[in-house]
Amino acid sequence: MESFFGRYKNPLVLMAVLFVQVVGLATQVKRPSDPKMPKSPGTRLIRVWAVTAFTPVERAFVGTGRFFRNSWHNWIDLHGVRKQNQELQAEIAHMRMEQARLKEDAEQAHRLQTLLGFREKFISETLAAQVIGTSGSELSHVIYIDKGSRDGVRADMAVITPDGIVGKIKDVFPLSAQVLMISDRDSGAGVILEKSRLQGVLKGTNLGEMQVDGVMADTKVEAGEQVIASGGDRIFPKGFPVGTVTSAAPDRDSGTFLTIKVKPAADLSRLEEVLVVTKMADQSPATAGNEGHVRAADILAERLPTVPKSEPPPGTSTQPAGEKKKGGGTGELKKQGANSTSGDTTAQAKPKIKKIEAQPGQTNAEQAAPGESPQQQTPSSRKPKAEEPKAAPKPPATENPPQ
Amino acid sequence: MSVAVTYTSREEIEVHKFSWAVSVGIPLVAVFIQVFFPIRLRFLTVFDLPLLVTIYFAVARRKPIAGLLTGALIGTLQDAFGHHYIGLNGIAKTIIGFLASSLGVKIDVENPGSRFLMTVSFYLVHQVILMLIDVALVGVREPWMWGHTLITAVANGLLAVVLFVGLDRLRLRG
Repeated sequence: MESFFGRYKNPLVLMAVLFVQVVGLATQVKRPSDPKMPKSPGTRLIRVWAVTAFTPVERAFVGTGRFFRNSWHNWIDLHGVRKQNQELQAEIAHMRMEQARLKEDAEQAHRLQTLLGFREKFISETLAAQVIGTSGSELSHVIYIDKGSRDGVRADMAVITPDGIVGKIKDVFPLSAQVLMISDRDSGAGVILEKSRLQGVLKGTNLGEMQVDGVMADTKVEAGEQVIASGGDRIFPKGFPVGTVTSAAPDRDSGTFLTIKVKPAADLSRLEEVLVVTKMADQSPATAGNEGHVRAADILAERLPTVPKSEPPPGTSTQPAGEKKKGGGTGELKKQGANSTSGDTTAQAKPKIKKIEAQPGQTNAEQAAPGESPQQQTPSSRKPKAEEPKAAPKPPATENPPQ
Repeated sequence: MSVAVTYTSREEIEVHKFSWAVSVGIPLVAVFIQVFFPIRLRFLTVFDLPLLVTIYFAVARRKPIAGLLTGALIGTLQDAFGHHYIGLNGIAKTIIGFLASSLGVKIDVENPGSRFLMTVSFYLVHQVILMLIDVALVGVREPWMWGHTLITAVANGLLAVVLFVGLDRLRLRG
């Protein structure tokens, strides 16, 4: 017996070590990532030890490098500051004009979303973090950041850069956290193709590429189309850039679905700083100045002097004049209507009349805002609906539709 | 680069020893470089420094048990930084450590050519083991990318030739 062990010592030790590892693989020790929440997703003990041991060294390296780089850049940057400042001022002026236009478009979109009872998630709070490590493996597309549970980072939080989404928090340690990038084969994100509005699931591949699955092969998808987050996964903020379609071809195996390859919007190979979305606010998009409800007929009367004002039937109340002005912008509209020719105004207004009839509970601000100047819009327009001032009572449903 | 794979007799075998600092420090440095440098140089993930270090120590010591244990420890540590199951690299590098030390007993692995061939072969075996574990234990079936794997194997082989020369200097003399 002794000679057997002596003779086959090496293979036996190999078998024993492999056995231990296979058993360890099958039953891996887990512990909650957040000690205060025992039911939170577990993290393997060996992972906690290894990461905790390496994190201080990585932080020191990154910190030292950053110090020297910043010092050098601060010195170099001084030379071009004046010129850069002038360029930035010009860019700000240009962007202000652009912002004013976009604000108007956004208000219109919000009004429509409000009509649909749409609720969406907005990024409420973010936490800046430095990338301090990677998995070092081609098969595991993860990065480590220098913020952990002590900074409020929790599992499944979205990680982004200003360019686009990066991934989500997978494991959280006290001083660091592991981010599973969207290019990993185990990741997944709900996305929409911006132009065609097709929905799909973004998955990573072994090579770190990204592709959208679940789009039927008979659909036309062109290279260059933007891919944005759908928000359906409740992790990534809706509408946030994900990437650009580089190619779309039918799936080789089945041919039923398209294989849409996507180039990430954020440069995943050169990440230095990222933002962890620590709080997402669930809110309805609000509109500017929707303080009071008025009847559609009243709006039309203000907006279109050429349309004869309908007489309310007996027993129905009309809105006082003061209430009408609360919405703001109606006077402005009236002026615009007066300046234009009556024929034009009627022609433009006719399709709108039908829309207004269909939404009797709409506010005057909601109706009037397309003509409203950006300066008239209040900052309170982004407040949740619940916080808005109480609207005036709805007019009775017996109101006569305008002619 | 000359390729000379020669068999050695038991008497010709030179077993190399390393200080504790080198035995512990080099694998740690290898894992650290592997996880730290790809932050900005993502292409570096094609190299598997922990695997190269495992092969080197296993071949130089020529002791199968030492080789497999070195591979097990380095692989497990490497696994800790990924997000997959811990043990994937551990098992693969244990087997590579065992095979490399067993091979070191039989052939001359001091020659740059044989080092290149040996590393390329072990890299491919390592990838095959990882794939088998993925399929048999984890239940993940991924398409095998032959072209990419061969290129990375050659890249690792070339790096090994340079790296092993550097590591040779850390052997204990006498």
